[in-house]
Amino acid sequence: MTASLIGKKIGMSRYFTSTGNNIPVTVIQVGPCAVTQVKTLSTDGYCAVQLGFEEIKPRRSTMAGIGHDAKAGSAPQRVHREFRCANDAEVGEFTLGQSLTVSALDGIKFVDVIGTSKGKGFAGAMKRYNFKGLCASHGTERKHRSPGSIGSHGTDRGHGAKIKKGKKMPGRMGNEQVTIRSLDVVSIDAEKNLLLVKGPVPGANEGFLFIRAATRLYKPKARAQAGK
Amino acid sequence: MNRTEIIEGITANQLKTDPVVNALKIGDTIDVHYRIVEGEKERIQVFQGVLLAMKGRGINKCITVRRIVANEGVERTFPLHSPRIAKIEVLRHAEVRRAKLYYLRDLSGKARRLREDRGDAAAAASPAPAKG
Repeated sequence: MTASLIGKKIGMSRYFTSTGNNIPVTVIQVGPCAVTQVKTLSTDGYCAVQLGFEEIKPRRSTMAGIGHDAKAGSAPQRVHREFRCANDAEVGEFTLGQSLTVSALDGIKFVDVIGTSKGKGFAGAMKRYNFKGLCASHGTERKHRSPGSIGSHGTDRGHGAKIKKGKKMPGRMGNEQVTIRSLDVVSIDAEKNLLLVKGPVPGANEGFLFIRAATRLYKPKARAQAGK
Repeated sequence: MNRTEIIEGITANQLKTDPVVNALKIGDTIDVHYRIVEGEKERIQVFQGVLLAMKGRGINKCITVRRIVANEGVERTFPLHSPRIAKIEVLRHAEVRRAKLYYLRDLSGKARRLREDRGDAAAAASPAPAKG
């Protein structure tokens, strides 16, 4: 398993480097995460580690939740999330009840951050899919933000008299899982369990985030990670 | 600890502790010593003008300074806590009754001058301008 943790978005700030460059940073509170379940090939048919984040009062949890976390010897946790491992050997590195902190990311220069984006409600095609809309003038009336034509029988090609499936149209936007890849790690504060990454991350403040070492780096970043 | 406190906690060591910087007042005439990096070399440029406005708080605090160059108003906004600001010197305090002096933009000639506040000046200017 690549180093993976659960965290919470705290907010954005700025960070000045010693040369005076201004870096926009997002502050993420990462961990400590408890290992609440260890899944192996023999017991579960696949390999994974389940982490819990943020202790809650037992009365805010469910009996099932309390029992599950008690097996790992930890207090009930607010969020649980599984992280897949390649084989049993990787799972073996984790023990039930172990606590993982942000120092698991030590030496990692780029991370992927997974979160749930802010809900935008029912949005038009311009906001949702960056359509250009129609003309501002030239006789356009009441249709300036319209998506335009959505196709005719001739262009449906095998879909009969129906509109093509997946046609980009207005609808619910946001409130979905978004992965931001290869964000720069600006600094890690092990004492306060804080991680500073460059740029924004999905979701509102106080939203939960899943953080893992970057899995797909393009060449310059891969070289930087390798320390060359 | 709430979110604001966490963010203040991590930015605290980046804030300037210079008493001159922390005692800036709207209407002050100030010298901003700004580091300019040109490739390898670095030099300091001084921008002198009236402190027109302060915006933001904590590490995001910015100052807007206005000066007149060749009869043309020039305004620059600096992030106050940027390490690029080498030093700030206060030359003169002024008696003003606004938090933002945007009305100065519409004034010209003698009307543009601010009345100097001498009472406070002696007390505030006494600490030597330290490096920030």
